[in-house]
Amino acid sequence: MSRELLYGWGLTAPGNCEVQTVFDEAQVVDQMNKATHTIARGLGRSYGDPAQVSGGVVLNNRGLGDIGRISDEGVVTVGAGASIHELLQLSTPLGWFVPVTPGTRQVTIGGAIAADVHGKNHHVDGSFSDHVLSMRLVTPTGAHTISPTVKPELFWATVGAMGLTGVITEATIQMIPITTDSVFVDTDRYANLEAVMTAMFEGDVNYRYSVAWVDCMTKGKNMGRAILTRGDHVEADQMEKPTLIGPQPPKLNVPFMPPSGLLNRATVRLFNEAWFRVAPQHREQEKQSLSTFFHPLDGVSNWNRMYGKRGFLQYQFAVSDAHSDTVVNVIKRLSESGVASFLAVLKRFGEGNASPLSFPIAGWTLALDLPIGSPRLPKVLDELDDMVLAAAGRLYFAKDSRLSPEKAQLMYPRLDEFRKIKNRIDPEHKLTSDLARRLRLVGE
Amino acid sequence: MENAFGQPQNVVVFGGSSDIARAITRKLCAARTSNVVLAGRNQKALNAASDEAKDYGATTVSTVLFDAEEPENAAKTVDAAFAAAGEPIDLVVIAVGLLGNQTEDENDAVASLRMATVNYTWPVTALAQLRKLMVAQGHGRIVLISSVAAVRVRRSLYNYGAAKAGLDSFAIGFAQGLEGTGVKIQILRPGVVRTKMTTGLKEAPFTTGPNEVAGYVMRGIANDSTIIWSPPILRYVFFVLRQLPTVLWRAVMDRQ
Repeated sequence: MSRELLYGWGLTAPGNCEVQTVFDEAQVVDQMNKATHTIARGLGRSYGDPAQVSGGVVLNNRGLGDIGRISDEGVVTVGAGASIHELLQLSTPLGWFVPVTPGTRQVTIGGAIAADVHGKNHHVDGSFSDHVLSMRLVTPTGAHTISPTVKPELFWATVGAMGLTGVITEATIQMIPITTDSVFVDTDRYANLEAVMTAMFEGDVNYRYSVAWVDCMTKGKNMGRAILTRGDHVEADQMEKPTLIGPQPPKLNVPFMPPSGLLNRATVRLFNEAWFRVAPQHREQEKQSLSTFFHPLDGVSNWNRMYGKRGFLQYQFAVSDAHSDTVVNVIKRLSESGVASFLAVLKRFGEGNASPLSFPIAGWTLALDLPIGSPRLPKVLDELDDMVLAAAGRLYFAKDSRLSPEKAQLMYPRLDEFRKIKNRIDPEHKLTSDLARRLRLVGE
Repeated sequence: MENAFGQPQNVVVFGGSSDIARAITRKLCAARTSNVVLAGRNQKALNAASDEAKDYGATTVSTVLFDAEEPENAAKTVDAAFAAAGEPIDLVVIAVGLLGNQTEDENDAVASLRMATVNYTWPVTALAQLRKLMVAQGHGRIVLISSVAAVRVRRSLYNYGAAKAGLDSFAIGFAQGLEGTGVKIQILRPGVVRTKMTTGLKEAPFTTGPNEVAGYVMRGIANDSTIIWSPPILRYVFFVLRQLPTVLWRAVMDRQ
């Protein structure tokens, strides 16, 4: 065990914790019995503070990394600490792909369930946990094998709950078959937000994967100009020499921390402009590798350091179709505020699942990275929270690092339902995190 | 917990009814602070400051009485304040100080002891206990009010200046000792501030009000700067002033 200063991916609000790598269920049980406060941690890709508990014990799940045999039906049992990257390296050559992947492969299976991550296919396939057949969960009152049919209440309470019901040790997942390692991608450029939202609303159902990059810094008639990329897996008979090659390790690295402020309004504007100039007006059936399409930033290790030591945050919210105007108003407010923001990611969400704390709700989700430093930013984001709340929308715990407890409660109306289950399986509230303390998700 | 912008939720303020402390508390409560413990020596003044904190958005405010002339009780006061909060503390503000009256104090052994105790001995004693509690917490921030008077001691304020100089130097070492612990200390060096404490003092150039100081503290917290100058220009003013030959320094600072 060692004392370490832990941060989220945004490099803000560190907490000093005892870190213990766990290798099997017995060790998780033992550590949980001994600790006063504890939480599991995977690869630390959540932006804020959910995978740390200051002054407590953090159980690093990377020791639980076994990947089982993939059955003929594509079912695989994986240790919670194995990453999607590691799983894909083994499964791609065998013709299996993960049913849902976030924008990075560098997340563990335990983390993917805890955050109930989504990908470019939520409008078709739902979130990660919708493909989890069962999992093993260690709670302070005992270990359970849970699934949507076995102890479903505890299963769904664990999904999206950021580790607050226990430590997931392994999960059984239904993979999807692929016959090549490529994706056919259609790209379209739109001059403003309304145009791209209409195109997505009407056309996303024709694609398994869809995502739009939106410029939140341009004002006026080009406000919210966007590049929409949509795609489907390439089948073997659609290619001359089909291959099935797993993802490669990153080629580039950001080896040190440049000064904060390198990514400012001017440089970000330049980047956004270049991004748009390079994108084609319209292109069909471009063949891209799985990594290029799904995980473009995984090519650069430690890219979060680019924001400097002050760090950055990601603001991600979801609203229903009835409140599409909130997406427009948020981008308008941001572009007027003059806050530097990289291209935002806009996606369609299908229906959410049975979990009380899972993030997705049918409609829209917008996510954008913002550097810490502008004195206006805290207030601007508080205003955006109010706009999202007024639209009965919500923020994503895996991204949040600055929401208030009052608004978290309003955004997740089923929090009390979650707390009841939590109190039953963890009456002493051993499982807590800096996120849980900050948003008062559980009592002390 | 502190959020990504350094905005704290649970705050303890020593010297909680002082003008600068109240201005800081108001700004904190207007952002994310909900749970405040105000410690001071006058219950009535603390009650007034508590009401003010609630007006600005605090939901839980408690008070703790203490006397900075009794450093032997400092550790107990720190424990009591943390217990009153009932949750891990994100920010501790130490706004304990006594300006004194140089010409009267310099012939008075008891008064000189009091100046050293309130401005140096109590704060360093409290800091030792804070270090223990906060390092165990694994996170937290301390804002310690020093003074530009600590940068170079002057004839007309040397009891105060020397004690603050000791405290300021102590805090610099203290800050270095906290690296990697998740705990930070930030040293606030204000110039002359229009407050109860400075009533009667001549208004120097770059004098500010408590609200301006609090504004610079908020900015300093967001930037994690170890030294927070208020106003920031004093950093450069004092860079020059501290190099001056004594004759010139005295001609500038001690002209009556």
